[in-house]
Amino acid sequence: MPGALAYAEIREGAVSRASREAVGLARRIAADAGGETHVVALGPPGTAEAAAALAGFGADHTYVGESEVLTLCQPDIAAAAIARLVEAGDYDAVIFAATAQGRDIAPRVGARLGRSVASEVIECRREDGAIVVRRPMYAGKAIATLRFTPGPAVMTIRANVFAPAGEGAAGEISNLDLDGLEGRVRTAALEQGDRDRLDVSEATTIVSGGRGMQGPEHWPLLEALVEALGDEAALGASRAVVDAGWRPHGEQVGQTGKTVSPNLYFAVGISGAIQHLAGMRTAKVIVAINRDADAPIFGVADYGLVGDVFEVLPALTEAVREARSGD
Amino acid sequence: MNTIVCMKRVPDSATRVRVTPDGAGLDPAGVKYVVNPYDEFALEDAIRRREEAGEGKVTVVALGPPETAESIRQALAMGADEGVLLACAGSHDALSVARALANEIRGREVDLVLFGKQAIDDDNMQVPQMVAEFLGLPCATVVVGLEIAGREATARREVEGGHEVVEFPLPAVVSTQKGLNEPRYPSLKGIMAAKRKPLEQRDVTLDAPTIEFLRLDEPPAPAAGRIVGEGVDAVPELVRALRDEAGVL
Ligand SMILES: Cc1cc2nc3c(=O)[nH]c(=O)nc-3n(C[C@H](O)[C@H](O)[C@H](O)COP(=O)(O)OP(=O)(O)OC[C@H]3O[C@@H](n4cnc5c(N)ncnc54)[C@H](O)[C@@H]3O)c2cc1C
Ligand SMILES: Cc1cc2nc3c(=O)[nH]c(=O)nc-3n(C[C@H](O)[C@H](O)[C@H](O)COP(=O)(O)OP(=O)(O)OC[C@H]3O[C@@H](n4cnc5c(N)ncnc54)[C@H](O)[C@@H]3O)c2cc1C
Repeated sequence: MPGALAYAEIREGAVSRASREAVGLARRIAADAGGETHVVALGPPGTAEAAAALAGFGADHTYVGESEVLTLCQPDIAAAAIARLVEAGDYDAVIFAATAQGRDIAPRVGARLGRSVASEVIECRREDGAIVVRRPMYAGKAIATLRFTPGPAVMTIRANVFAPAGEGAAGEISNLDLDGLEGRVRTAALEQGDRDRLDVSEATTIVSGGRGMQGPEHWPLLEALVEALGDEAALGASRAVVDAGWRPHGEQVGQTGKTVSPNLYFAVGISGAIQHLAGMRTAKVIVAINRDADAPIFGVADYGLVGDVFEVLPALTEAVREARSGD
Repeated sequence: MNTIVCMKRVPDSATRVRVTPDGAGLDPAGVKYVVNPYDEFALEDAIRRREEAGEGKVTVVALGPPETAESIRQALAMGADEGVLLACAGSHDALSVARALANEIRGREVDLVLFGKQAIDDDNMQVPQMVAEFLGLPCATVVVGLEIAGREATARREVEGGHEVVEFPLPAVVSTQKGLNEPRYPSLKGIMAAKRKPLEQRDVTLDAPTIEFLRLDEPPAPAAGRIVGEGVDAVPELVRALRDEAGVL
């Protein structure tokens, strides 16, 4: 019976949530066909220990490739190793999280296997044995339905859409042979800003500020709200504030920034231009705070509050802190 | 240095996307087409390098319907030297497009093959990586900084929470992201000059895709939201709704 293979990213010794979502989908697809779930993880020596946790997420088999050169991601080596595994195995799905790594590696795997790739998948099912996926196009303004021909279905899945794998029986772990594989690119350095803070694309709650915040000096108000919302929250921004140099481009949400689907999205002092909506309209719950009751953002918000950000934010932060403290 | 820029013609991001009632595709009525915005960063980079070096050639390669010639002219007006249109009708999967582009590029004398990081219509982010695999070239994606010294390149690419610095020899494939540069507008002189620049058109037939397009739908309309109130007084109701109705706090 064909199984499913998921690629797991291990960062600082831990399995990312996005990777658990990939494993979760692989388990579901494999179970449908009565096949096995396999996971592949790559990294520097020591990765096997972190991978032991992966085996606990219900993978029947976890392959771990370790090498000094894999301290930072090497997409060529990853793609070649994964393609080799797929060719030797029996998989009808190869699943990556749509992260920087997943987006970089999946198309290379597709090219090596001569298989098309579906990006940013938001639905995946089996129809008469074929894998059928749905994915957004035109910045979320349309959803395409695509069907893979027989053979491995290579895909990246959008963060926060599929259920992460829960605990499962621990499977086997074995060493993945990387012999003869070389990268065409040397990864020289990883410059990470503030790693205490989650990237906007990884957060399950996002607080985004727009021009209505009036200036970068007022961001502590938003930071306080992020803080009150907990560890899974991060800051986002509209393009207007990024272009004005108030915030770094890495925080920009929208068509020319990041596409996010958090559980909860706060748009604070953001008008709701179509290009901003393109990046956040699939958030599960959208809250808008704007002093203009006619701002287009209220058209997509689940909950709108008409008011001045400088009055509302301190009160909101306080109320959120209280609500989350459990009384 | 010779650069090839792969460019796609796409509907303008401000276009109101309407799906045909049968779900077969996009309703073409009223759609304005533009050069894919990310490809403009690639074009700008290539043109600047040629201007600074005072030598070399910038070739634009685009695959698409015959109307794509208009978009190639725009790229020539920005300052590219010559264009190649691989003409074929319809929409195709990224793998087939990448294979056709790779076949066109293979055998040409080229130092750098530039792409946008993603086409804003299909949003796949696949073609550059696939072309690099087919050509066996080094590849850096989502690049916001690119320095070339002799035959060695150093690129800064965007990753979650920061940047990665990668080094590789030329020839290589690079996909560009906003932040790399500010693309220029074509000048009147550029537009006039573009009319006389060579644009070669050739028909291509693509392989059958390994993923079939079934249909296109508009996303479900967002459930109507509500205004919980005005000013600070509405904060308790907002927090109550988030906790008790939406269950997200
Ligand atoms: C090709 C293209 C790509 C783009 N990509 C993106 C993108 O990726 N992301 C993006 O965000 N934009 C993008 N844009 C820009 C977009 O069109 C808007 O210009 C931008 O989103 C506006 O940002 P904003 O909402 O912060 O500012 P504004 O539109 O100026 O809105 C500010 C809002 O704040 C409110 N406000 C002001 N003061 C207060 C106050 N004291 N209290 C409460 N509310 C207040 C105002 O009522 C207003 O609604 C793109 C545009 C183009 C053409
Ligand atoms: C009606 C319809 C039918 C479709 N049928 C299918 C189908 O059968 N199978 C399927 O998988 N998808 C199908 N699609 C989806 C879509 O056509 C493809 O996913 C898409 O063409 C592939 O890549 P991309 O444009 O997203 O490239 P990306 O990988 O996002 O583009 C990145 C960069 O590659 C370069 N590039 C991309 N395309 C070209 C090009 N044509 N010429 C030159 N450079 C280019 C540009 O530099 C661009 O910035 C269909 C879509 C529609 C609307």
